[in-house]
Amino acid sequence: MDKHEIIKEENRVYKRPKLLTDNIMHYCPGCSHGVVHKLVAEVIEELGLEEKTIGIAPVGCAVFAYNYIDIDWIEAAHGRAPAIASAVKRLMPDKMVFTYQGDGDLAAIGTCESIHAANRGENIVIIFINNGIYGMTGGQMAPTTLEGMKTSTTPYGRRADLNGYPLKISPLFALLDGTCYVTRQSVHTPANTRKTKAALKQAFQNAMNGLGTSVVEVVSTCNSGWKMTPAQSNKWMEENMLEHYPLGDIKNTVKK
Amino acid sequence: MKGNEAIAHAAIRYGADGYFGYPITPQSEVLETLEELMPWETTGMVVLQAESEVAAINMVYGGAACGKAVFTSSSSPGVSLKQEGISYIAAGELPALIINVMRGGPGLGTIQPSQADYFQTTKGGGHGDYRLITLAPSSVQEMADFVGLGFDLAFKYRTPSIILADGIVGQMMEKVVLPPQRPRRTDEEIARQCPWAVTGKPASRKRNVMTTLELEPAAMEVINNRLQEKYKLIEENEVRYQTYDTDDAEYLIVAFGSIARICQKAIEEAREQGIKIGLLRPITLWPFPKDEIDRLSHKVKGILVVEINAGQMIEDVRLSCHDRIPVYHFGRLGGMIPDPQEVLDAFFNHFPEANKQ
Amino acid sequence: MAKVQGVVVINEERCKGCDLCVVACPTNVLQLQSMEVNDRGYHFASMVNPEECIGCASCALVCPDGCIEVYRAVNK
Repeated sequence: MDKHEIIKEENRVYKRPKLLTDNIMHYCPGCSHGVVHKLVAEVIEELGLEEKTIGIAPVGCAVFAYNYIDIDWIEAAHGRAPAIASAVKRLMPDKMVFTYQGDGDLAAIGTCESIHAANRGENIVIIFINNGIYGMTGGQMAPTTLEGMKTSTTPYGRRADLNGYPLKISPLFALLDGTCYVTRQSVHTPANTRKTKAALKQAFQNAMNGLGTSVVEVVSTCNSGWKMTPAQSNKWMEENMLEHYPLGDIKNTVKK
Repeated sequence: MKGNEAIAHAAIRYGADGYFGYPITPQSEVLETLEELMPWETTGMVVLQAESEVAAINMVYGGAACGKAVFTSSSSPGVSLKQEGISYIAAGELPALIINVMRGGPGLGTIQPSQADYFQTTKGGGHGDYRLITLAPSSVQEMADFVGLGFDLAFKYRTPSIILADGIVGQMMEKVVLPPQRPRRTDEEIARQCPWAVTGKPASRKRNVMTTLELEPAAMEVINNRLQEKYKLIEENEVRYQTYDTDDAEYLIVAFGSIARICQKAIEEAREQGIKIGLLRPITLWPFPKDEIDRLSHKVKGILVVEINAGQMIEDVRLSCHDRIPVYHFGRLGGMIPDPQEVLDAFFNHFPEANKQ
Repeated sequence: MAKVQGVVVINEERCKGCDLCVVACPTNVLQLQSMEVNDRGYHFASMVNPEECIGCASCALVCPDGCIEVYRAVNK
């Protein structure tokens, strides 16, 4: 069978979502951000929320997220996305509002804003990219950096006695009465990518149904920061990150 | 009612869409009054007690980015925390209203009144080259009136405006005439008035992105130049001040906020003694009424600047009159408020020749 | 016997040569170009064993840059 016979509209099983713009992403090759962006775009399209969705972009590598998904966006100050999302959702309750934040943004400088937005049960989605490092500023220690992990500010490896412990913030979210769904996923294999998409979809539906705050943590790689190839990063993540940040639902109060 | 309460009432009547605040003395009555009035049941206005001043100002940034009429209030230490967000709001060219009911500092300072945030407010406050339209009320009536004026100017120029009140005006009780109730703007009106607003992207337009980031220096310079041109326009068109007895004045007192009222009393007493002092009260601290002060500096022999701080506005007064005549400062610190006699004593101390006439 | 035949179409200019699609492919269809690069200097991915493609879209799912379209037909 000739490939030109196969490349037909009716045979297409996968296509880049329309909402993903033609802009080539500035992320390093193999960066998890691209996969998650794609999933977010797919979920918005599949739920028909193109005209309702407002994204709040972080400071960090995903600061330019607004260049890649063709919806309205607000670029937040570092860590403040959940405060902005809270206001936007309250002022326009019929909109779909999500934040997209890295570990530094959400779990260091923005801990206060993220915990309190979740505790108020704001009907928003918090997408949390956890790659254990500050990517944009050049690979410094993040709150989620593993013990022993080398970064530019922990050149001999993170030491708990000096730097504290890797912060497991999603279980903290799960303790709050305001959250309805807290899950930890990854995008390093096709199967995990599918699960992350399903999690994002549920989270978006929760927000639109007014059920409270949903948090989707995506354990991710930063191959530039980790100084590995993308494939090595995935392997390292599986062997090291997932032990400390195990995958799966941490809280789900929404009965299907 | 109290000045702080007047702000709450006036904002609801203006048709404000949202308030985001955090308690701090001496301005907590703004949030308390709003929570008591429950405007979400009547006009649909959102009221939210945030987890911090930082969160509150960023909520204002978010709400303003949606084209909504949103505001926050705080007092000096809290306003310091808000500076990050204020800089973003200015950079994003967003309309928003901020209220600072000043207390004494530095640090945690005192809960008593002060005017020591003049520099912070009129010179920028946060990082970067920006300005805030600064309104200084001297009465409870002006507290109410400046809410509408502040919002109107903020939307006219797409820039944040701030009511810089001292703790006296915030806590003082006076009669006040509140503006009539206006409806909040509809989504259609917001879309028309604020085509840049983040509202969810319809198929009919390109996506709206509120960002203050631009890594290309040439493009960033263009943005900065645009801001500066806007500020120039505001300086040309929005100077507001009030003068008392300046027509025949031989000396001038410059004071803002509630202190101007104390000075007015001092001037009346001086006039009874035949000493002709006039008063200029800047209503906008930025843009500063420099031309009027320059004009008056040709007529008077000297200027006393009275502020409850260590001498801040005096720098703008000196710049305005190009040191043509002597300019002195009198102020009390730490939450102390001078009485009219102290003002007169300071005046005669600096201008002894005035007494000999 | 009916055989599922897949084809992937790679946007070579968007591709950054991260190799994740190559790793994800269960039937070893894809390889990065060893010599050729795109305009931005990346060794982009391409099909080296096209007949092995089953159109499972694993490559497309893990592609961070949305470079891959997948088609599948049953070869009778």
